[in-house]
Amino acid sequence: MRVEFHNLSKRFDDNRTVLEPMDFTDDIHTLAVIGPSGGGKSTLLRILGGLITPTTGEILMDGAPISRDESALQRYRANLGFVFQQSGLFKHLNALENITLPLEKVHGYSKKEAIERASALLTRFGLENDAQKHPAALSGGQQQRVAIARAIAAKPKLLLLDEPTSALDPEYTTEVLDIVDELKNEGLDFIIVTHEMGFARHACEKIVFLCEGRLMEYGESAELFGNPQTSQLKNFLGKLLEWNV
Amino acid sequence: MKNMLKHLFCSNPGKKAHPAAAALNLLLVCGLLTAIFWLSLAAINVAFDFSFVVTFRTRLWRGFIVTLELSVLSMLISLAIGVLSALGQGSRILAIRYLCNIYVKFIRGTPLIMQIYLFFYIIGTAWGVTNRLLAGALILSIFEGAYIAEIIRGSMLSIDASQLEAARAVGLTRVQTARYIIVPQLVARTLPALTGQFASIVKDSSLLSMISVIELTQTMREISATNFRLFECYIFLGLLYLCLTLPITFVSKRMERRFDYAS
Ligand SMILES: Nc1ncnc2c1ncn2[C@@H]1O[C@H](COP(=O)(O)OP(=O)(O)O)[C@@H](O)[C@H]1O
Ligand SMILES: [Mg+2]
Repeated sequence: MRVEFHNLSKRFDDNRTVLEPMDFTDDIHTLAVIGPSGGGKSTLLRILGGLITPTTGEILMDGAPISRDESALQRYRANLGFVFQQSGLFKHLNALENITLPLEKVHGYSKKEAIERASALLTRFGLENDAQKHPAALSGGQQQRVAIARAIAAKPKLLLLDEPTSALDPEYTTEVLDIVDELKNEGLDFIIVTHEMGFARHACEKIVFLCEGRLMEYGESAELFGNPQTSQLKNFLGKLLEWNV
Repeated sequence: MKNMLKHLFCSNPGKKAHPAAAALNLLLVCGLLTAIFWLSLAAINVAFDFSFVVTFRTRLWRGFIVTLELSVLSMLISLAIGVLSALGQGSRILAIRYLCNIYVKFIRGTPLIMQIYLFFYIIGTAWGVTNRLLAGALILSIFEGAYIAEIIRGSMLSIDASQLEAARAVGLTRVQTARYIIVPQLVARTLPALTGQFASIVKDSSLLSMISVIELTQTMREISATNFRLFECYIFLGLLYLCLTLPITFVSKRMERRFDYAS
């Protein structure tokens, strides 16, 4: 998908600028957004997902501008998949219902079609025995797999993931990242905010490095990891490697 | 030996006891309570005489029905007051917000008995509501409405922003979000506590005897004033209230378990 934005910036009500004006144009298949905490990664992803509006700037997805009108935005969001860091599942619905609700109410599936689609996805992600469980009864890794299943159920054009493994115990991280990798191989485009540098480096074609609200570096992942340009990125990668085995 | 005693008399809180242990211990407690009552009775030299129940059965039944009517009427009115004031406390219009805040603070900070006298004077005398049942139900509803407002407000505040963002992310409209996400979660959080509050309404309605609403407690007061069987009268009165409150508490507990999907 072609992602394009110009002069994009975000300032919250408290008048602190979270994203400095930035520009970007490229065809994206798999993009990782990396950078230190508080750097504005979630904010950027939320803007791209149509969940918050930028203070300035314009975004074009495959050439079409994201509108600021609520009903147009709602349609835009419906055609994306969004996976949150945690508690993105509806707590009062079980795993199956979490997937079928948007299919029925937003995408116009019949109940039967929705259940078929949801069951197929749950089975595929190894959750066929957990369909009737509420989120609180699922492990963090299972919750995220359900969240991904829900996000891709209506066959979105683009999947956005905001640190989908950060709230997980390490042993669950792989099961979630494996799924994302698998989806990539099926041709689904995604943008992922992640601290899993191994995944960013080996599973994502391109990397954006965000730091202090600035888009500091952008490029092919091999290039960016192999030859960081800014001192901030060198510093950031250095810190991550400090305790590596 | 020690282990066996432990199994017979202990069970971790929150866990169901073994049926045998439950039966044994229940029997023990009932026996103890009966003994205390019996000894107290013996001390003042009374023998049980419940014949008044038959003698006054029509009046008792009427009192029971009045209490039931009062409770049901108050549940409905107080629920309406509670929902409105909970919404009002979150209103953008300051006058409404302050009004609801003051109402809830005043009611929760003063005793029911004082409110009964005060509002009976206002509603009954100044507004001319002469039907005591209606006046009583209104007074009780004003009181309980404040507590219900707090219950509803609490569950409104406990709805997580992440749930609303997730609803937006999957493309639900505002109306759909309210219908499929907010209301079900509100109901699940509110219903158990609300049901518990209904049990309080039944009990609190007894205080309306102070303004001579002839409900169950007032009926019993009148009967005991003629036959002097205070002990039996009030034990029986307690049993009648339990007939109303225990089922409500049971339903409340059931709902608590049924809706315990989260937290
Ligand atoms: N709704 C908001 N209102 C005000 N400030 C916010 C809001 N959301 C995020 N911020 C601030 O924006 C900055 C960037 O946050 P975020 O985008 O979450 O960073 P990251 O995801 O890279 O950790 C942080 O300093 C955060 O406190
Ligand atoms: Mg973040």
